Amino acid sequence: MVKEIERVGIPVVHVCTVTPISMTVGANRIVPAIAIPYPLGNPTLDVKEEKQLRRKILNTALEALSTEVDGQTIFEVK
Amino acid sequence: MKKFRVVHYINQFYAGIGGEEFADHKPEIREGFVGPGMALTGAFGDKAEIISTIVCGDSYFNENLEEAKKTILDMVRSVNPDIFIAGPAFNAGRYGVACGTICETVQKELNIPVITGMFEENPGAEMYKDKMLIVATRDSAAGMRAAVPTMAALALKLLNKEPIGASIEEGYLPNGTRVNFFDKERGSRRAVDMLLNKMAGKPFTTEYPMPDFDRVEPSPAVKDIKAITVALVTSGGIVPKGNPDRIESSSASKFGEYDITGVNDLTADTYETAHGGYDPVYANADADRVLPVDVMRDFEHEGIIGKLYNKLYTTVGNGTSTKNSKAFAADFAQRLKNDNVQAVILTST
Repeated sequence: MVKEIERVGIPVVHVCTVTPISMTVGANRIVPAIAIPYPLGNPTLDVKEEKQLRRKILNTALEALSTEVDGQTIFEVK
Repeated sequence: MKKFRVVHYINQFYAGIGGEEFADHKPEIREGFVGPGMALTGAFGDKAEIISTIVCGDSYFNENLEEAKKTILDMVRSVNPDIFIAGPAFNAGRYGVACGTICETVQKELNIPVITGMFEENPGAEMYKDKMLIVATRDSAAGMRAAVPTMAALALKLLNKEPIGASIEEGYLPNGTRVNFFDKERGSRRAVDMLLNKMAGKPFTTEYPMPDFDRVEPSPAVKDIKAITVALVTSGGIVPKGNPDRIESSSASKFGEYDITGVNDLTADTYETAHGGYDPVYANADADRVLPVDVMRDFEHEGIIGKLYNKLYTTVGNGTSTKNSKAFAADFAQRLKNDNVQAVILTST
C-alpha cells in the first residue's frame, strides 16, 4: 500500500514493527514501532506516559516526511 | 541403516498452544514430532526421524530477534541434528520471516542443511529464497498435504548429498540459480504451444519470467508540515465498533473509508480491530495504539501539522493478497490526491 500511495506522488512514512518486511515490500521512509499488537503504544505504561511515547514516534514520523531521502531509510525514534 | 536426525521448527499455532493470544510464547524444545511433524515423519519412512521439535511464538521471535535466534540455535546444537526443517509457513508473514531467519542462522552457525516452505507472496520468501531451499506452498494450511512430501523428498536429497534439480522439477521457489535439464518437448514445440494458448486466451506459463523490480522512487520531502493536510492509513484493521463494512479478519477483499470529523480519540466504545492476525486485546482497549488519531488531533490543535485529513483508510493486512492490497491503495491514493492530501502516515502491526 505504501508504494501505491507514493506512486501518486504523496510522501508516505511506514510506521511498523517488523521493519525487515517493510524494507522487502519497498517502503522508502520507515519508522520502527513498539510491538505487533500495539505498534504505537505500550499497555504497561500509564495512559499519560503511553500517549507521550506515541507522540515521540509520530514526531519521528513527521520528521521522516520532512526529510529528503534517496533510497530506503529507517528513521530510529530518538 | 542409520536414520537421519531431524530438528523441526514450528510456531505456537501449529504446536496446538493457541492462536495470536499465545504469539508471545518463548522458545521451547520437545522430544519427537509435534503437529505437522507427524506428516513429515510419515513421509520420511525409515530414512529419517524428527528427534526434537522447537516451538516459538511468532511475535516473540520477531520482536526479540537476537535473543530468539541465540536460544533456538543453542537448542538445535544440543541435539546435534543432520538437518533443520522449519514450517511450512504458507502465507503467515511473521511465521515465514521466522522460518527463514532461523534457517539462515542454523545453516551458517552449525553448517547443516536447512529447508523450509512457504507461499510465494510471504515476505519471508522474498527475503530468503536465494539463501536456502524454500518449498513453494499454497497460501493456507490446506496446502499441507501437498507441501509435506515435497519438503521431505528435498530434505532427503540434501541429506544424501544428491544433486538438486531445477525449481520447476523439485517444487522449490526459484532462487536465481539456473539448472539445466532436458524437457520432453523441444523448444520450438513449446514456443508454438505457448503462442497458441496465448492467442486462444488460455493460461500459459512463461519459461523466462522477467525480474520483478517493483520499486517506487521516494516522493520529495514535505516542505512545511505545518501548512499541509496529513492522512492516516492502516493495515492494522481499525474500524468503527461493529465493523460496519464487515472487512474480513484475513484475506481482506475490501478497505474501509471512515469519517473522523470531530473524533479526537479512539475509545473502546467507538473503535476496534477487525484484524485476525494479532492479539486484538490491546487495540480493542485503545485503537490509538494502532491508528494514532488522538496524538494527530493534538498535533493539529497545536499547529504542528496543518490539518488531519477527515477520513481514515483501513484494511486488514493478514494473508491479504498483494493484488488486493495494491488495488485498494491505488483506489484510495487517488482519493487522497484529489482531496489535496500531501502526506500519509501508514501504520502496520
